[in-house]
Amino acid sequence: MNIGQSMLEALETLNGNKLRSGLTILGIVIGVGAVIAMLAIGQGAQNTITGAISGIGTNLLFVSSGNQVQDVRNPKPLTLSDAQAITDPFAAPDVLAVAPIIQGSGDVTADGQTMRVSVTGTTPVYFVMQNYSLIEGDFLTQDNLQGNASAVVIGPGVADKLFSRRNGVVGETIRINGQPFHIVGLLQSKGGGMFGSQDNQVIVPFTTAQTRLIHRSVLNEVDELYVQAASARAVPFATDEVKQILRQRHRTPVGVDDFSVFSQADFLTIATTVTGVFTIFLGGIAGISLLVGGIGIMNIMLVSVTERTREIGLRKALGARKRDILIQFLIESSMLSLIGGVIGILLGWFLGFIVGRIAAASGNPFNPAISLNAILLATLFSAAVGLFFGIYPANRAASLEPVEALRYE
Amino acid sequence: MTKDLVILAEDLMKVYQMGQVEVNALAGVSLSIERGEVVAIMGPSGSGKSTLMNILGCLDLPTSGRYVLDGEVVETLNDDQLANIRNRKVGFIFQSFNLLSRTTALANVELPLRYAGKIPDRRERARAALESVGLGDRISHRPTELSGGQQQRVAIARALINNPAIIMADEPTGNLDSKVGKEILDLLLALNRDKGTTLIIVTHDPVIATQTQRIIRLRDGLVEEKK
Ligand SMILES: Nc1ncnc2c1ncn2[C@@H]1O[C@H](COP(=O)(O)OP(=O)(O)OP(=O)(O)O)[C@@H](O)[C@H]1O
Ligand SMILES: [Mg+2]
Repeated sequence: MNIGQSMLEALETLNGNKLRSGLTILGIVIGVGAVIAMLAIGQGAQNTITGAISGIGTNLLFVSSGNQVQDVRNPKPLTLSDAQAITDPFAAPDVLAVAPIIQGSGDVTADGQTMRVSVTGTTPVYFVMQNYSLIEGDFLTQDNLQGNASAVVIGPGVADKLFSRRNGVVGETIRINGQPFHIVGLLQSKGGGMFGSQDNQVIVPFTTAQTRLIHRSVLNEVDELYVQAASARAVPFATDEVKQILRQRHRTPVGVDDFSVFSQADFLTIATTVTGVFTIFLGGIAGISLLVGGIGIMNIMLVSVTERTREIGLRKALGARKRDILIQFLIESSMLSLIGGVIGILLGWFLGFIVGRIAAASGNPFNPAISLNAILLATLFSAAVGLFFGIYPANRAASLEPVEALRYE
Repeated sequence: MTKDLVILAEDLMKVYQMGQVEVNALAGVSLSIERGEVVAIMGPSGSGKSTLMNILGCLDLPTSGRYVLDGEVVETLNDDQLANIRNRKVGFIFQSFNLLSRTTALANVELPLRYAGKIPDRRERARAALESVGLGDRISHRPTELSGGQQQRVAIARALINNPAIIMADEPTGNLDSKVGKEILDLLLALNRDKGTTLIIVTHDPVIATQTQRIIRLRDGLVEEKK
């Protein structure tokens, strides 16, 4: 029997029972829609996060104290002198620059407006490493640093909130935790990063932060070191050099570092793994609803086989082979799931779009990404669901004996 | 005297197991039917007429016995070959018409062709078959839009669409009044006259039986001795 004709016939049969077919299809629509939407959201999150990580430059290293993998007794904090040691061109020839970072949060006030922001204390080289650009004004200078100056560079989010504008804010004075600072520069927007929006931050000279804003117990303690390698290719060498220097300075036993060095590639790997697991998890949960939809198909096909026992008997009496009946019912069930799959893809796409809109409206721009792969996967999967859950009912129909089926009331 | 036998059955038995009891629906039926014959099968209710017809039409297999249909030894055939025989050699007509109610008369008549492999002019052949039973103006009607007699005509068109060697009708007029029943019988007899199709008709109606060339009488699953 010709497949095109069988498909038409299957459509007619399904059409003959609109409500029932519609509800069965709805089950698949919801399942496929959920899978597509969840995969899109997971993929979108992955893109946003990896995009943010890629934005931080390929030749950067991040050094923090403590060991993420194993316990270390009495870890020593990183200090300014560690930073100094790493800049030594003989001990670390592959290191171009080092920026010490000290980080906290504070309340900034101006024009009667208050806002909670993250406060970073660092050195001028940090701006170069981070690829920041300015809307107006200048970055912090070496003079600011040495003079312990009350100068601050603010993110565009801060300007929006405090001044409701992004021009002419350089020269204004703001208060950070009650202390006056004057604005020397306004950063260009960088969007959301992996540690929250980088637009809502203020950057002050390291010295100023250390003495007036962020207090640490150890003298000259830093939270993190940003290390710029000479080139992307020099990253592994720079990593080794940094580790070597710090091991010596901290006198750590062999194999038990009390600090951690991450490169952008490390972060990318971690982020990709984490978001990948997250995506699979979301997809898996959505997959359960697809499974439920599949069971719905099986259920309805079983009812249909019972109802049409006489029809099956008649077809066999007229010369239908086992395989003809099998194919007829399989086509019906896969039609149900395929139609559901197509509508489900559209629904999933729509849901993803809505989530993207909501994210954009709440200030975390993020694009749910529907890949061709996800669509192919969903189509194949829904067809497979139809086939899988259709096989049992179809087989039942196909193995009916003609006489008994014809006698069925 | 080589007779051209379409049906040769020897000692057909059909036993139904009903719990503890065995029902011998056929207790050893032997018969032969020549090509082009018109045969009536009669007998009281429960005598095994339908059971015999189902076996002769390859809808069912005997518990034991030998059956040759148009040269094919039926018990040696597999499921697909049996389906093929039902499709090509036998046209079955039922008491209750057995049309697909969702589709048109034309689609109903076309159905056996669909299972017959690649046949290019299915539509035309189905239409011609409907015309030959006098329903040329009803091809797109659904069974529910047709009278009983018209429905049985559709069933006849469906039975003859593949030019079968034999048409088997199990009480084809049982659900029709005598006038319409006669029309249906005339149609079947005309088929026999024009195309030489072998006809086997199960009936309770002696008037119908007298129009056939031979009557096989069943009683309790056995053929009664001919008078
Ligand atoms: N599926 C079955 N299971 C058990 N017994 C059956 C089955 N089919 C038929 N029989 C029995 O076989 C016998 C013959 O039945 P069959 O239907 O062939 O009779 P019939 O001659 O066609 O009767 P009628 O004229 O009423 O149609 C009956 O006794 C019936 O009870
Ligand atoms: Mg009967």
